[in-house]
Amino acid sequence: MFPEIIDTRPLRNWVDDGLEWVVVNWGDGLEAAASPLLTLLLWIEHLLLATPWWLIILLLTGLAYLASRRLQLAALVCFSLVFLGVMGLWEDSIKTTALMLTATLTAIATSIPVGIAMARWRWLRNIVTPVLDLMQTLPSFVYLIPAVMIFGPGKVPALLATIIYASPPLVRLTDLGIRLVDPDVMEASRAFGASPRQRLFGVQIPLAMPTILAGINQTTMMALAMVVIASMIGAGGLGYQVLQGIGRLEVSRGLFAGLGIVVLAIIFDRVTQAFGRQLQERIGLQDTRT
Amino acid sequence: MSEQPIIEMRGVTKIFGLDPQSALEAVRAGQTKAEALANSGHVVGLNDVSISVQRSEIFVVMGLSGSGKSTLIRHVNRLIDPTAGEIFVNGEDVLSMSREQLSEFRRTKVAMVFQKFGLLPHRSVLNNVAYGLEVRGVAKQDRLDLASQWIDTVGLSGYENSRPFELSGGQQQRVGLARALSMDTDILLMDEAFSALDPLIRSGMQDELLNLQQTLHKTILFITHDFDEAIRIGDKIAVLNDGVVVQTGSPGEIVLNPADDYVAEFVSDVNKARVIHVDSIMQRGEFEPCDVSVQAASRCEDVLPIFAEHEWVGVTDDDDKQIGRVTSKQVIAALARYTPASRS
Repeated sequence: MFPEIIDTRPLRNWVDDGLEWVVVNWGDGLEAAASPLLTLLLWIEHLLLATPWWLIILLLTGLAYLASRRLQLAALVCFSLVFLGVMGLWEDSIKTTALMLTATLTAIATSIPVGIAMARWRWLRNIVTPVLDLMQTLPSFVYLIPAVMIFGPGKVPALLATIIYASPPLVRLTDLGIRLVDPDVMEASRAFGASPRQRLFGVQIPLAMPTILAGINQTTMMALAMVVIASMIGAGGLGYQVLQGIGRLEVSRGLFAGLGIVVLAIIFDRVTQAFGRQLQERIGLQDTRT
Repeated sequence: MSEQPIIEMRGVTKIFGLDPQSALEAVRAGQTKAEALANSGHVVGLNDVSISVQRSEIFVVMGLSGSGKSTLIRHVNRLIDPTAGEIFVNGEDVLSMSREQLSEFRRTKVAMVFQKFGLLPHRSVLNNVAYGLEVRGVAKQDRLDLASQWIDTVGLSGYENSRPFELSGGQQQRVGLARALSMDTDILLMDEAFSALDPLIRSGMQDELLNLQQTLHKTILFITHDFDEAIRIGDKIAVLNDGVVVQTGSPGEIVLNPADDYVAEFVSDVNKARVIHVDSIMQRGEFEPCDVSVQAASRCEDVLPIFAEHEWVGVTDDDDKQIGRVTSKQVIAALARYTPASRS
């Protein structure tokens, strides 16, 4: 056994008391601060639930065709959605999708600026990178419990946990994409007197777009990977079905809902990837980088 | 020198590394490029370079890779800041410009063409050519009109909506050239603009540049590693070796009197027919008009094919008045005379 050098109990008490203090004094404020997220989530959820099922299938199938220009993907998406409906998972799928979309949108709004700033300032990258590592490796329960203490069980802590877990790849890939922009093109832009702003919006972001899209794809996937854990604290949706299946030893319920998550993941993965490929072809990146 | 030079660099030194200032002192004290690298890890890009480029001339800086030529051209629009020295463009001190003044200077005074083209892959040819004007803030319709005119001039009509990656290397560089020309600046910087192209395409582009120059009269600073190219297009050539200008002069001067062994080595491989002008070897005087004639500024290589059909070739001045004539014998004698002893 490792010898006890210091007594960690005071340290632990200090952390626990600190959290309690935060809950008592800042709880309301933090809850108010998170309310726009909740509003967005509920708004998306209501919108999707109010939309007729056939319209959603039509829209997503059309989107899949637009993204890939191939009937195969459109057929796959259509078939997957019908599967969800037939298996009685429609409403839960919508709830899960709403959570995933809200988390992804929030991640896009926050991660892309952070990624751009990281590409620009090396010191910022040195600070943010370990934070991202922490966000990805820290077991989610460790921050879920304080989040539940602050916000109470429900959708908000579930959403926050999903955002924390799903954001890092987008930050990393935005940073990478910006830094990988062809230095010759950047130099040409500089030689013509482009301002930093003109370079960012005219050159860096458009050329980094395929990489950024890959980051968005990763974010959606990781957000879906969080749904079971998120449902433990009241997010509902497919994850809740899985949880109930496990709790009641109803293997079928868990299996079907689990398959539902996989089907959702496949739909969003293929559609975002197809968009990324289309963009990459339009830019012809492979050809100009050789 | 009657007129103020358009581009002037005085004693420009550029040292890359952690502590350029201390390395600068060592270099000024006589340390060579190799010593600086070995002693302190500093790379001497340019060492006390002075050049001056006159209005409407094509000034070629020629050197092998690592000689500092690309570093040199980037000092003119301050893509690189020098460690020491002075740089004037149109009499303006480039080094004292603020960030805003520098942007304005790049937007309005100098345009640049790059070895690797530097085109925006996500934009059409038309929008690539219009890019510089867009940065300058020219209204959309105006810049697109101008851009399509220049696309026409460089012979890319019909490709306006293509993407750069759909074009060949030569076509891509035409886009780069059109983008620079559309800026309508007096000064054009060309950094190994034709080096990435196939030999045939390259000589086509050289001809085209010379053609355009006859109407545009721009001040062009041209970088190349190809001595033949330097001789072909340059009004004046500076030869750069290890960051030092070893010789500056007209192509003829350099070919006839290379300053050192380094320059002599390039000269030995040169196609003399390209360097020697007919007016330096012709018979001056009044003769009966010849069937075919060339301008006095023509080179021997221009008249050689004519001898297949004709015995005499007339030489005319700028007003197309015949001022002399040449025969094949004179040309052959001239080419043989200028061949170095080592070759004969």
